Amino acid sequence: MAKIIVITSGKGGVGKTTTSAAISTGLAKRGYKTVVIDFDVGLRNLDLIMGCERRVVYDFVNVIKEEANLNQALIKDKRVDNLYILPASQTRDKDALDLEGVKKVIDDLAKDFAYIICDSPAGIEKGAMMAMYFADEAIVVTNPEVSSVRDSDRVLGILASKTQRAEENQEPVKESLLLTRYSPERVEKGEMLSVDDVKEILAIPLLGVIPESQSVLNASNSGQPVILDEESDAGNAYEDAVARLLGEEVPHRFLDIEKKGFFGRLFGG
Amino acid sequence: MSFMDFFRANRKKSASVAKGRLQVIIAQQRAEVGGPDYLRVMQEEILAVVKKYVEVDDDAVKVQMEKAGECEVLELNITLPDGHVA
Repeated sequence: MAKIIVITSGKGGVGKTTTSAAISTGLAKRGYKTVVIDFDVGLRNLDLIMGCERRVVYDFVNVIKEEANLNQALIKDKRVDNLYILPASQTRDKDALDLEGVKKVIDDLAKDFAYIICDSPAGIEKGAMMAMYFADEAIVVTNPEVSSVRDSDRVLGILASKTQRAEENQEPVKESLLLTRYSPERVEKGEMLSVDDVKEILAIPLLGVIPESQSVLNASNSGQPVILDEESDAGNAYEDAVARLLGEEVPHRFLDIEKKGFFGRLFGG
Repeated sequence: MSFMDFFRANRKKSASVAKGRLQVIIAQQRAEVGGPDYLRVMQEEILAVVKKYVEVDDDAVKVQMEKAGECEVLELNITLPDGHVA
Protein backbone atom coordinates (compact mmCIF):
# COMPACT_ATOMS: atom_id res chain seq x y z
CA MET A 1 0.00 0.00 0.00
CA ALA A 2 1.50 3.34 -1.02
CA LYS A 3 1.43 6.14 1.48
CA ILE A 4 0.28 9.48 0.09
CA ILE A 5 1.76 12.55 1.77
CA VAL A 6 0.84 16.14 0.89
CA ILE A 7 3.27 18.97 1.57
CA THR A 8 1.07 22.00 2.13
CA SER A 9 1.01 25.40 3.87
CA GLY A 10 -1.54 27.85 2.53
CA LYS A 11 1.01 30.64 2.36
CA GLY A 12 3.50 30.79 -0.50
CA GLY A 13 7.26 30.95 -0.18
CA VAL A 14 7.54 29.09 3.12
CA GLY A 15 9.43 26.09 1.73
CA LYS A 16 6.91 23.56 0.36
CA THR A 17 8.91 22.69 -2.74
CA THR A 18 12.23 22.65 -0.87
CA THR A 19 10.59 20.31 1.64
CA SER A 20 8.99 18.11 -1.03
CA ALA A 21 12.37 17.70 -2.73
CA ALA A 22 14.19 16.99 0.55
CA ILE A 23 11.64 14.56 2.02
CA SER A 24 11.20 12.57 -1.20
CA THR A 25 14.97 12.35 -1.70
CA GLY A 26 15.40 11.29 1.93
CA LEU A 27 12.80 8.52 1.63
CA ALA A 28 14.34 7.24 -1.61
CA LYS A 29 17.83 7.28 -0.08
CA ARG A 30 16.51 4.96 2.60
CA GLY A 31 15.38 2.53 -0.05
CA TYR A 32 11.68 3.40 -0.40
CA LYS A 33 10.50 3.75 -3.96
CA THR A 34 9.22 7.33 -4.01
CA VAL A 35 7.57 9.62 -6.52
CA VAL A 36 7.15 13.36 -6.00
CA ILE A 37 4.36 15.11 -7.93
CA ASP A 38 4.31 18.85 -8.68
CA PHE A 39 0.68 20.05 -8.36
CA ASP A 40 1.56 23.67 -9.14
CA VAL A 41 0.22 23.63 -12.71
CA GLY A 42 1.26 26.81 -14.53
CA LEU A 43 4.04 27.64 -12.05
CA ARG A 44 6.23 24.57 -12.25
CA ASN A 45 9.24 24.72 -9.94
CA LEU A 46 9.89 21.32 -8.43
CA ASP A 47 11.87 20.33 -11.55
CA LEU A 48 14.26 23.26 -10.91
CA ILE A 49 14.76 22.42 -7.25
CA MET A 50 15.34 18.76 -8.18
CA GLY A 51 17.72 19.81 -10.99
CA CYS A 52 15.88 17.97 -13.77
CA GLU A 53 14.31 20.95 -15.59
CA ARG A 54 15.96 20.12 -18.90
CA ARG A 55 14.69 16.57 -18.88
CA VAL A 56 10.97 17.42 -18.78
CA VAL A 57 9.16 16.18 -21.89
CA TYR A 58 5.71 15.15 -20.75
CA ASP A 59 3.98 16.23 -17.57
CA PHE A 60 1.21 15.47 -15.05
CA VAL A 61 -1.49 17.10 -17.20
CA ASN A 62 -0.40 15.14 -20.30
CA VAL A 63 -0.91 11.95 -18.29
CA ILE A 64 -4.32 13.04 -16.98
CA LYS A 65 -5.43 13.94 -20.52
CA GLU A 66 -4.01 10.61 -21.76
CA GLU A 67 -1.64 12.37 -24.15
CA ALA A 68 1.24 10.43 -22.62
CA ASN A 69 1.56 7.46 -20.31
CA LEU A 70 3.08 7.56 -16.84
CA ASN A 71 6.37 5.98 -17.87
CA GLN A 72 6.89 8.68 -20.48
CA ALA A 73 6.25 11.47 -17.99
CA LEU A 74 8.12 10.15 -14.93
CA ILE A 75 11.69 11.44 -14.64
CA LYS A 76 14.10 9.11 -12.89
CA ASP A 77 16.49 10.94 -10.58
CA LYS A 78 20.14 10.56 -11.60
CA ARG A 79 21.59 10.79 -8.10
CA VAL A 80 19.33 8.62 -5.98
CA ASP A 81 17.87 5.24 -6.88
CA ASN A 82 14.15 4.74 -6.29
CA LEU A 83 13.34 8.42 -6.84
CA TYR A 84 11.04 9.71 -9.59
CA ILE A 85 9.63 13.15 -10.39
CA LEU A 86 6.29 13.86 -12.06
CA PRO A 87 6.52 17.49 -13.22
CA ALA A 88 3.62 19.92 -13.52
CA SER A 89 2.57 21.43 -16.81
CA GLN A 90 3.92 24.92 -17.32
CA THR A 91 1.52 25.96 -20.09
CA ARG A 92 -1.90 25.04 -18.71
CA ASP A 93 -3.73 26.30 -15.64
CA LYS A 94 -5.07 24.57 -12.55
CA ASP A 95 -8.40 23.83 -14.21
CA ALA A 96 -6.58 21.13 -16.17
CA LEU A 97 -6.67 19.08 -12.95
CA ASP A 98 -9.81 17.19 -12.03
CA LEU A 99 -10.42 14.76 -9.19
CA GLU A 100 -11.13 11.84 -11.45
CA GLY A 101 -7.94 12.33 -13.48
CA VAL A 102 -5.78 12.89 -10.40
CA LYS A 103 -7.25 9.79 -8.76
CA LYS A 104 -6.44 7.66 -11.77
CA VAL A 105 -2.81 8.79 -11.83
CA ILE A 106 -2.40 8.32 -8.07
CA ASP A 107 -4.01 4.87 -8.20
CA ASP A 108 -1.61 3.86 -10.97
CA LEU A 109 1.40 5.18 -9.05
CA ALA A 110 0.22 3.45 -5.87
CA LYS A 111 0.68 0.05 -7.52
CA ASP A 112 4.38 0.68 -7.95
CA PHE A 113 5.55 3.14 -5.28
CA ALA A 114 5.88 3.06 -1.49
CA TYR A 115 5.54 6.84 -1.10
CA ILE A 116 3.71 9.43 -3.18
CA ILE A 117 4.69 12.97 -2.18
CA CYS A 118 2.30 15.69 -3.40
CA ASP A 119 3.90 19.15 -3.62
CA SER A 120 0.95 21.52 -3.19
CA PRO A 121 0.72 24.98 -4.73
CA ALA A 122 0.18 27.92 -2.37
CA GLY A 123 -3.34 29.08 -1.64
CA ILE A 124 -6.49 27.07 -1.05
CA GLU A 125 -7.74 27.04 -4.64
CA LYS A 126 -8.20 24.08 -6.93
CA GLY A 127 -4.56 22.97 -7.25
CA ALA A 128 -4.10 22.91 -3.48
CA MET A 129 -7.39 21.07 -2.95
CA MET A 130 -6.38 18.44 -5.53
CA ALA A 131 -2.97 17.97 -3.91
CA MET A 132 -4.46 17.26 -0.49
CA TYR A 133 -7.64 15.39 -1.46
CA PHE A 134 -6.24 11.84 -1.50
CA ALA A 135 -3.64 12.31 1.25
CA ASP A 136 -3.06 9.89 4.12
CA GLU A 137 -0.70 12.31 5.81
CA ALA A 138 -0.08 16.05 5.62
CA ILE A 139 3.12 17.90 6.39
CA VAL A 140 2.18 21.50 7.12
CA VAL A 141 5.17 23.73 6.35
CA THR A 142 5.13 26.86 8.49
CA ASN A 143 7.44 29.82 9.08
CA PRO A 144 7.55 31.28 12.60
CA GLU A 145 5.69 34.38 11.44
CA VAL A 146 2.07 35.51 11.91
CA SER A 147 0.69 35.23 8.38
CA SER A 148 2.20 31.80 7.81
CA VAL A 149 0.86 30.43 11.12
CA ARG A 150 -2.61 31.80 10.44
CA ASP A 151 -2.67 30.28 6.94
CA SER A 152 -1.47 26.95 8.32
CA ASP A 153 -4.36 26.90 10.76
CA ARG A 154 -6.75 27.55 7.89
CA VAL A 155 -5.23 24.68 5.91
CA LEU A 156 -5.59 22.36 8.93
CA GLY A 157 -9.31 23.18 8.95
CA ILE A 158 -9.57 22.26 5.27
CA LEU A 159 -7.63 19.01 5.75
CA ALA A 160 -10.15 18.06 8.41
CA SER A 161 -13.18 18.75 6.23
CA LYS A 162 -12.45 18.71 2.49
CA THR A 163 -10.30 15.62 1.95
CA GLN A 164 -11.41 12.17 0.84
CA ARG A 165 -10.77 10.84 4.33
CA ALA A 166 -12.99 13.56 5.82
CA GLU A 167 -15.75 13.17 3.26
CA GLU A 168 -15.87 9.39 3.60
CA ASN A 169 -15.65 9.45 7.39
CA GLN A 170 -12.40 7.51 7.45
CA GLU A 171 -9.61 7.99 9.94
CA PRO A 172 -8.53 11.65 9.58
CA VAL A 173 -5.47 12.76 7.62
CA LYS A 174 -2.45 12.52 9.93
CA GLU A 175 -1.11 16.05 10.31
CA SER A 176 2.34 17.16 11.36
CA LEU A 177 4.15 20.48 11.61
CA LEU A 178 7.41 21.31 9.88
CA LEU A 179 8.74 24.65 11.07
CA THR A 180 11.14 26.16 8.54
CA ARG A 181 13.48 29.18 8.45
CA TYR A 182 13.88 28.98 12.21
CA SER A 183 16.40 31.26 13.85
CA PRO A 184 17.23 30.36 17.48
CA GLU A 185 19.10 33.66 17.84
CA ARG A 186 16.03 35.70 17.02
CA VAL A 187 13.83 33.50 19.22
CA GLU A 188 16.20 34.09 22.12
CA LYS A 189 15.95 37.86 21.57
CA GLY A 190 12.17 37.64 21.59
CA GLU A 191 11.93 38.67 17.95
CA MET A 192 10.60 35.40 16.57
CA LEU A 193 7.85 32.98 17.62
CA SER A 194 9.40 29.92 19.26
CA VAL A 195 8.75 26.28 18.34
CA ASP A 196 6.66 25.98 21.49
CA ASP A 197 4.59 29.07 20.60
CA VAL A 198 3.73 27.68 17.15
CA LYS A 199 3.07 24.18 18.52
CA GLU A 200 0.75 25.62 21.13
CA ILE A 201 -1.22 27.66 18.59
CA LEU A 202 -1.54 25.00 15.88
CA ALA A 203 -1.77 22.04 18.30
CA ILE A 204 -0.37 19.35 15.99
CA PRO A 205 2.68 17.08 16.46
CA LEU A 206 6.07 18.45 15.43
CA LEU A 207 7.82 16.62 12.60
CA GLY A 208 10.87 18.84 12.54
CA VAL A 209 12.47 22.26 12.70
CA ILE A 210 14.60 23.40 9.79
CA PRO A 211 17.00 26.21 10.72
CA GLU A 212 17.34 29.31 8.54
CA SER A 213 20.36 28.40 6.49
CA GLN A 214 22.45 29.63 3.59
CA SER A 215 22.63 26.03 2.39
CA VAL A 216 18.97 26.09 1.25
CA LEU A 217 19.63 28.81 -1.32
CA ASN A 218 22.88 27.13 -2.34
CA ALA A 219 20.94 23.91 -2.90
CA SER A 220 18.27 25.54 -5.04
CA ASN A 221 20.91 27.48 -6.99
CA SER A 222 22.52 24.23 -8.01
CA GLY A 223 19.39 22.06 -8.32
CA GLN A 224 20.42 19.66 -5.54
CA PRO A 225 17.86 18.81 -2.84
CA VAL A 226 19.34 20.28 0.36
CA ILE A 227 19.14 16.90 2.12
CA LEU A 228 22.00 15.72 -0.11
CA ASP A 229 24.25 18.37 1.48
CA GLU A 230 25.45 16.34 4.43
CA GLU A 231 27.52 19.22 5.79
CA SER A 232 24.54 21.55 6.17
CA ASP A 233 22.39 22.03 9.27
CA ALA A 234 19.22 22.30 7.15
CA GLY A 235 20.10 19.08 5.33
CA ASN A 236 20.67 17.28 8.63
CA ALA A 237 17.42 18.66 10.03
CA TYR A 238 15.55 17.25 6.99
CA GLU A 239 17.33 13.93 7.50
CA ASP A 240 15.96 13.86 11.07
CA ALA A 241 12.47 14.77 9.85
CA VAL A 242 12.53 11.84 7.40
CA ALA A 243 13.55 9.50 10.24
CA ARG A 244 10.61 10.75 12.34
CA LEU A 245 8.27 10.36 9.38
CA LEU A 246 9.30 6.69 9.34
CA GLY A 247 8.49 6.38 13.02
CA GLU A 248 11.98 6.69 14.50
CA GLU A 249 12.47 8.73 17.64
CA VAL A 250 15.11 11.34 16.96
CA PRO A 251 15.89 14.28 19.28
CA HIS A 252 15.38 17.77 17.82
CA ARG A 253 18.60 19.57 16.95
CA PHE A 254 19.26 23.18 15.94
CA LEU A 255 16.73 24.59 18.43
CA ASP A 256 19.31 26.37 20.55
CA ILE A 257 22.00 28.88 19.78
CA GLU A 258 25.48 27.49 19.54
CA LYS A 259 27.19 28.29 22.81
CA LYS A 260 28.89 31.67 22.90
CA GLY A 261 31.91 32.60 24.98
CA PHE A 262 31.78 34.59 28.23
CA PHE A 263 31.81 38.01 26.54
CA GLY A 264 29.27 36.90 23.99
CA ARG A 265 26.90 35.95 26.77
CA LEU A 266 27.60 39.08 28.76
CA PHE A 267 26.80 41.48 25.95
CA GLY A 268 24.24 39.43 24.03
CA GLY A 269 23.62 39.98 20.37
CA MET B 1 19.02 36.39 28.79
CA SER B 2 22.20 38.41 28.66
CA PHE B 3 23.35 41.31 30.82
CA MET B 4 22.38 43.84 28.13
CA ASP B 5 18.88 42.40 27.88
CA PHE B 6 18.23 43.66 31.39
CA PHE B 7 18.12 47.21 30.03
CA ARG B 8 15.96 46.27 27.08
CA ALA B 9 13.41 44.40 29.18
CA ASN B 10 10.90 47.26 29.39
CA ARG B 11 10.22 47.03 25.66
CA LYS B 12 7.60 44.38 24.90
CA LYS B 13 9.10 41.65 22.73
CA SER B 14 7.58 41.45 19.29
CA ALA B 15 7.32 37.65 19.45
CA SER B 16 4.94 37.79 22.40
CA VAL B 17 2.87 40.44 20.60
CA ALA B 18 2.72 38.08 17.60
CA LYS B 19 1.62 35.17 19.75
CA GLY B 20 -1.15 37.18 21.40
CA ARG B 21 -2.47 38.47 18.07
CA LEU B 22 -2.40 34.98 16.57
CA GLN B 23 -4.31 33.44 19.46
CA VAL B 24 -7.12 35.99 19.02
CA ILE B 25 -7.36 35.81 15.23
CA ILE B 26 -7.15 32.03 15.07
CA ALA B 27 -9.88 31.57 17.67
CA GLN B 28 -12.08 33.88 15.60
CA GLN B 29 -11.12 32.14 12.34
CA ARG B 30 -11.99 28.71 13.76
CA ALA B 31 -15.37 29.99 14.94
CA GLU B 32 -16.25 31.50 11.57
CA VAL B 33 -14.98 28.81 9.22
CA GLY B 34 -17.49 26.04 8.67
CA GLY B 35 -20.27 28.27 9.96
CA PRO B 36 -22.79 29.71 7.56
CA ASP B 37 -21.79 32.77 5.52
CA TYR B 38 -24.64 34.88 6.90
CA LEU B 39 -23.13 35.06 10.44
CA ARG B 40 -21.18 38.25 9.74
CA VAL B 41 -24.13 40.04 8.16
CA MET B 42 -26.49 38.86 10.89
CA GLN B 43 -24.05 40.16 13.49
CA GLU B 44 -24.08 43.60 11.83
CA GLU B 45 -27.88 43.68 11.68
CA ILE B 46 -28.31 42.63 15.32
CA LEU B 47 -25.81 45.31 16.32
CA ALA B 48 -27.84 47.92 14.41
CA VAL B 49 -31.04 46.85 16.21
CA VAL B 50 -29.38 46.92 19.63
CA LYS B 51 -27.97 50.38 18.87
CA LYS B 52 -31.47 51.71 18.26
CA TYR B 53 -32.21 51.20 21.96
CA VAL B 54 -28.88 51.18 23.80
CA GLU B 55 -25.61 52.91 23.13
CA VAL B 56 -23.10 50.11 22.74
CA ASP B 57 -19.62 49.66 21.26
CA ASP B 58 -19.19 48.33 17.73
CA ASP B 59 -17.85 45.05 19.09
CA ALA B 60 -20.65 44.59 21.63
CA VAL B 61 -22.34 41.78 19.70
CA LYS B 62 -20.61 38.40 19.38
CA VAL B 63 -22.15 35.64 17.30
CA GLN B 64 -20.73 32.14 17.34
CA MET B 65 -21.80 28.81 15.89
CA GLU B 66 -20.84 25.71 17.83
CA LYS B 67 -21.43 22.03 17.40
CA ALA B 68 -22.73 20.18 20.46
CA GLY B 69 -23.07 16.55 19.44
CA GLU B 70 -25.65 16.42 16.68
CA CYS B 71 -26.98 19.90 17.46
CA GLU B 72 -25.67 23.20 16.18
CA VAL B 73 -25.83 25.93 18.77
CA LEU B 74 -25.97 29.58 17.82
CA GLU B 75 -24.49 31.59 20.64
CA LEU B 76 -25.30 35.27 20.85
CA ASN B 77 -23.49 37.52 23.29
CA ILE B 78 -24.38 41.18 23.74
CA THR B 79 -22.27 43.25 26.10
CA LEU B 80 -24.09 46.25 27.55
CA PRO B 81 -22.11 49.24 28.78
CA ASP B 82 -21.26 49.61 32.48
CA GLY B 83 -23.88 51.26 34.61
CA HIS B 84 -26.64 50.53 32.16
CA VAL B 85 -30.04 50.10 33.81
CA ALA B 86 -32.45 47.91 31.95
